Amino acid sequence: MKKFITKRFLQMMLVWVLVSIISFSVIFFAPGDPLYMYMTPEATGRKLTEEELQAMRESLGLDGTAVEQYTSWATKMVQGNWGISLTTKEPVLNEILKKLPATIGLMGASLILSLIVAIPLGLIAGTHKNSWIDNIISAITYVGVSMPAFWLGIMLIIVFSMQLGWLPSSGMRTIGVVSNWDVIKHGILPAIVLSLNNMAVFVRYIRSNTITQMEEEYVQTALSKGIGKRGIMYGHVLKNCMLPVITTVGSRFGTLVTGSFIVESVFAWPGLGTLGMSSINNRDYPMVMGITMFSCTILLLGNFLADLLYGIADPRIKIGKE
Amino acid sequence: MAKLLTPLDKAAIRAEDFAKAVKDENKVEASFERTVFQQLVSSFRQNKLAILCLIVLLTIILSSIFAFLSPYDPDEMDVMNKMAGPSAEHWFGTDELGRDSFTRALYGGRVSLSVGFSAMVVSVIIGTLIGSVSGYVGGKVDAVLMRVVDIFQSVPSLLMIIVFFSFVPSNMVTLIIMLALFSWTGVARIVRAQTLTLKERDFVVAAKVLGVSHAKIIMRHIVPNMATQIIVAASLSVAGAILDESALSFLGYGVALPKSSWGSMLQNAQQYILYDPLLALIPGAFILLTVLCLNILGDVLQHALDPRLHK
Repeated sequence: MKKFITKRFLQMMLVWVLVSIISFSVIFFAPGDPLYMYMTPEATGRKLTEEELQAMRESLGLDGTAVEQYTSWATKMVQGNWGISLTTKEPVLNEILKKLPATIGLMGASLILSLIVAIPLGLIAGTHKNSWIDNIISAITYVGVSMPAFWLGIMLIIVFSMQLGWLPSSGMRTIGVVSNWDVIKHGILPAIVLSLNNMAVFVRYIRSNTITQMEEEYVQTALSKGIGKRGIMYGHVLKNCMLPVITTVGSRFGTLVTGSFIVESVFAWPGLGTLGMSSINNRDYPMVMGITMFSCTILLLGNFLADLLYGIADPRIKIGKE
Repeated sequence: MAKLLTPLDKAAIRAEDFAKAVKDENKVEASFERTVFQQLVSSFRQNKLAILCLIVLLTIILSSIFAFLSPYDPDEMDVMNKMAGPSAEHWFGTDELGRDSFTRALYGGRVSLSVGFSAMVVSVIIGTLIGSVSGYVGGKVDAVLMRVVDIFQSVPSLLMIIVFFSFVPSNMVTLIIMLALFSWTGVARIVRAQTLTLKERDFVVAAKVLGVSHAKIIMRHIVPNMATQIIVAASLSVAGAILDESALSFLGYGVALPKSSWGSMLQNAQQYILYDPLLALIPGAFILLTVLCLNILGDVLQHALDPRLHK
């Protein structure tokens, strides 16, 4: 087990370093000088001289070769110094942490929502294989997988915000109102949109797991002992079904991250995605790097934790003894 | 998950497959004698849903190709008639500049579909190449290539593409390349797994003994034998590419104006949802229908071709 953890951890670090190099080089080799924001006459009042530009490059860590820039950036990154945002002039890490609760809240809510819906649907579909109810549920999952999230968002805004007027269409708070209920009301539509795709994937996993579990011998034993179907479902099948679901949750972190970019921009949710989109548009390049690396880290940690949990949850799996 | 299987488990699974295959011998034999095309036809014929999806998909594709038959020019403005509701002349109404929504959706389909299909072709080529080499050569090459696959799968792809396009202007070609660059890994995994089983088969061993070159074995003996699996992966890959393209265009990083895809039509329509919800409905419905049909077709095919799922 220890060996497996170290192996997976080293692997994760390797991937992390490679991802950071890729994202760094994309931004490094891309045309467009990030200093152009400072060079506009509106920002400075006059045209800057070449010496002043050079000094600014040095202070921002933008001088030197690609390798030098990367190593200095990576060392600072590990030390927690993620640079200064070019637009707000605040430390990047502070800005990210400021926006993080909104995104984590949205992602957490959508994950919980998708599991709450997916577990019963998956169990019902699995136990009623090929019946009409199974067909309806699988139709729902097909639609869930094929739905463009942003379009669903727009449609929900049209129906629930504009036609019915039940829920707000954008932002996280009504100006001047401080209450949790207000935040929840703003979050309902984005959380639904973000959860649909994951819900569909979870339903499929739980359904196919239920089908395999129902054929297992212990279910037959329990049945012959006279334990009711309901007892078997919740006592045995559900427990054994959750295992692959845990791994799936970990591997769905990527969709949550990119999904939140899209959903946040539809609903103007003030989280990491909105921050990311605006910093990309502004070529705020320390911020873009920071957010890219932050998202990748969340994703890699998610996968890593899923692998660990998988080993812990099922002692039969002797990982690392391949 | 696959990583956790011990060689013993794998052998057990293979033995199970073999036992099942022996059980319904006739069926299996029949399916071996059929060509890929015949297999496709017969699996579709048994499934009404698949036929329906195929018809819907072909209708969307053909009407996009023959969009020029529409009496309207997709770019011709008619300011007197802007944001009109559905009528006999304009089936789905007109947009904010008086352009016919339905005609524009058909032309948008040309962009979305061609980007989706081209990205699929590129990603299938890359995926097949890397997957087959990885599986066939094995050893260190396999380990390195599979790590590359891991890396590509653990990168938030849409985010990377957006970052890339914020510096490089996007056009059809760069868009297709970027979409393919982040979607070949699924194909590579499937092809590798297939190659691993195929390379042990007698006909491959025979070819090796006869002195056929490795490249030729891969091209002539291994890849053609998994055509069906590749077709399944391709159909799911088109669906994914169309979805990703629409999301990118919606965020403003897709096909540049004046060309518009379904996604960029939606981006435009979002500003007018207060006045004309219909404008947002149509392109999205086209995306949903196309992707839905592709996903269902891919799944139906997969179930029909996988003897383990025959029940």
